Amino acid sequence: MPDLLLGWLPALVAQAGETVSQPYLLEARQMQALSLGVHIPLVCFGIAFPVMVLFVEGLWLRTGDPTYKALAKRWSKVMLILFAVGVVTGTILSFELGLLWPRFMEEWGEVFGIAFALEGVSFFVEAIFIAIYVYGWDRLSPRAHFLSGLPIAAAGVAGSAFVISVNGWMNNPQGFDLVGGEVTNVRPLEALFNSNVWHELVHMYLAGFLVAGFLVAGVYAVAALRGKRGTYYRAGLVVPLAFVSLAAPAQIVVGDWAAQTVAEEQPTKLAAFEGLDETTEGAGLTVGGVYFDGKVRGGIEIPKLLSVLAFHDPEAEVEGLDAVPEADRPPVAVVRNSFQVMVAIGTFLAALGAWFLWARWRRRALPASRWFLRAVVLAGPLALVALIAGWITTEVGRQPWIVYELMRTEEAVTGAEGIPVGYATLALVYAGLIAVVGVLLRRIARAGPAEELEAGTGDFEAIP
Amino acid sequence: MAELALVVLLVGLAAYAVLGGADFGAGFWDLTAGGAERGARVRGMVKHSMGPVWEANHVWLIFVLVVFWTCFPVAFGPVMETLYIPLFLAMIGIVLRGAAFALRGEAATIGEARALGAVFALSSLLTPFFLGATVGAVAAGEVPVGDPGSPIESWTGAVAILAGVTAVATGAFLAAVFMAADSVRANLPDLVAAFRARALGAGTVAGALALGGLVVVSSEAPDLFDGLVEGPGLAAVIASALAGAASLALVATSRFGPARYVASTAVGAILAGLAVAQSPDFLPGELTFAEAAAGDSTLLVALISVAVGLAVIVPSLALLFRLTLGGRLDQDFHPIGSDEGAK
Repeated sequence: MPDLLLGWLPALVAQAGETVSQPYLLEARQMQALSLGVHIPLVCFGIAFPVMVLFVEGLWLRTGDPTYKALAKRWSKVMLILFAVGVVTGTILSFELGLLWPRFMEEWGEVFGIAFALEGVSFFVEAIFIAIYVYGWDRLSPRAHFLSGLPIAAAGVAGSAFVISVNGWMNNPQGFDLVGGEVTNVRPLEALFNSNVWHELVHMYLAGFLVAGFLVAGVYAVAALRGKRGTYYRAGLVVPLAFVSLAAPAQIVVGDWAAQTVAEEQPTKLAAFEGLDETTEGAGLTVGGVYFDGKVRGGIEIPKLLSVLAFHDPEAEVEGLDAVPEADRPPVAVVRNSFQVMVAIGTFLAALGAWFLWARWRRRALPASRWFLRAVVLAGPLALVALIAGWITTEVGRQPWIVYELMRTEEAVTGAEGIPVGYATLALVYAGLIAVVGVLLRRIARAGPAEELEAGTGDFEAIP
Repeated sequence: MAELALVVLLVGLAAYAVLGGADFGAGFWDLTAGGAERGARVRGMVKHSMGPVWEANHVWLIFVLVVFWTCFPVAFGPVMETLYIPLFLAMIGIVLRGAAFALRGEAATIGEARALGAVFALSSLLTPFFLGATVGAVAAGEVPVGDPGSPIESWTGAVAILAGVTAVATGAFLAAVFMAADSVRANLPDLVAAFRARALGAGTVAGALALGGLVVVSSEAPDLFDGLVEGPGLAAVIASALAGAASLALVATSRFGPARYVASTAVGAILAGLAVAQSPDFLPGELTFAEAAAGDSTLLVALISVAVGLAVIVPSLALLFRLTLGGRLDQDFHPIGSDEGAK
């Protein structure tokens, strides 16, 4: 009997593997986080921008007003630039998965790899049709041109769904058996459609609209504040606002769904969201406040709310951080503070969306106040902050695991030297990239629609 | 099933070597086009040719990486842990190159266009070199399983360096052939002549490097050499040499359309030859294809995914290339970097 017990123990330890000698684990994680932080905002544009561009092109096809065409054309130019930057920053991520976490890929690649294969397919479709769409203005028939945009929108959603599937899997690994520490009986489809896919996908899809929508609307809100008038600027403001004003309130509902899934599947992570040290029945929820030195300071505590939100039962027991050994807990301060930031900004964005909807419903017009425009200008960068904060919440909340409760991040990292050099190089490259893209986008944003308006008023010129 | 996955991986690699390689080669001609005035027309053609297709061409690299780690995860880890320096440098090169190319189109002044153009062109040279060196290092058996190999010496051997240089030369050759054909379509005779001369030069160099490479391989990686001079390996080498010679003849007689395909065949054949030569090993002397492969259930789903994917991608790509080669997506031609081309 003792033999049996002892025989079990090493298997459990061995399945987690060995810690790699890597003095720069934190830098490796930061390097990955930096790369994701640069790429994810571009994903938002990949998800939402094609839909908005097609919507405006649809307005042109219905009304024949060349101003709409000019706006769609302008946006498609920005879409292409952002896609190109997304292509290269996405490539960095593919390389980094191997370069920084080779043992993660080696051991688990066969379980979750399918998702990336399908993501590759989506990426292909996106790259092909974005070229046809952007280079096809005035060269394809208006109908064919519009149709060529649909696969871009579909591929944007599909691609992010597959990447999110991998993320969902890392948080709730399934679709395989572990026998003596070896991964066997792999069921790739089960891994692909893991229980985290759906809520994470919808949450990210709406986030994509919020980030892209508010950032685009912000450009035209600035124009409006500077006194620019006319259909071009008005449509540039109203179209993205229409999308975000629907997405923002919906995001609150989806966020609740996401939190409930986390409560069921990753109770320690939920405890970190809320900074809940001890397992509590009828746990309260502290709104606001800052977590440092091991507890939440400030903020307003609402009794029993956490139990209600997490389990829809005011007396439900919510597991605290004390349920797991200290070595298995995520860094609570980062997670809780990021979570609070995301929720606070999300609430602000929902309020802004509601303001827009109310004004449209009551007066069929934009809110008259200049404060509305100023709030929209602010909302773009804030949505970006909320997006990053949300990803920090879920990813740092997963720590210390790279594969939840099966492989620690420190077991997955490369043993290679030179991580600080790589990190510094990459940071410099990103800084340069962001600066140049920023300057060019600002220039495009400031230019009036003259160029697009003159380049064809919508007549189709057949080229034999 | 591992063999089938290997074929998929090789097809992806060949597609990237041809299409991505040609894009890198275009950057090489941008780099060597000469001063701003003199090089403006060549640079204009580079943009004109690559604009609509480079993103799709680049995705083949993602395809290769994804198939690699999904179907052969056991080999992926060691390759990444040993060859991280050339791979990291290639990765940085890809970022600089793609971003600089995309943004150059929006440059407002000649100075901006030149600065971005320089970044684009230089990284177009370095990226294929490091990727080629990585493939060369794997073929030369420099990647051990277990403790990683030397981060420097693994890819600075003669075979790896030669592979890197050959990758650059091959890309330059393919690019010159493709752009000569595009110049015919755009009705720009001066550029047709310019790219024809470049194709002949680069093709000769690439061919010489490939043949000279065999000598290096025979002394540095005798096992690989044995595989290349017997059976199917030899057949592939001969096929590649014949296709290479034929493509040069087609270029010399200004038949650029067929030259496109024949030149691509030469590149595909030599990659197939390398795979056959090191068969049955994925990492020579360390790991066979079967050992490197994922389990059958994963391979099956991966192959089905790829098949479904190809069912979507192939018609889409065909449409893109049909529109591109038919001139439907052609923008007006603008020289780049000179006063003539400035907006």
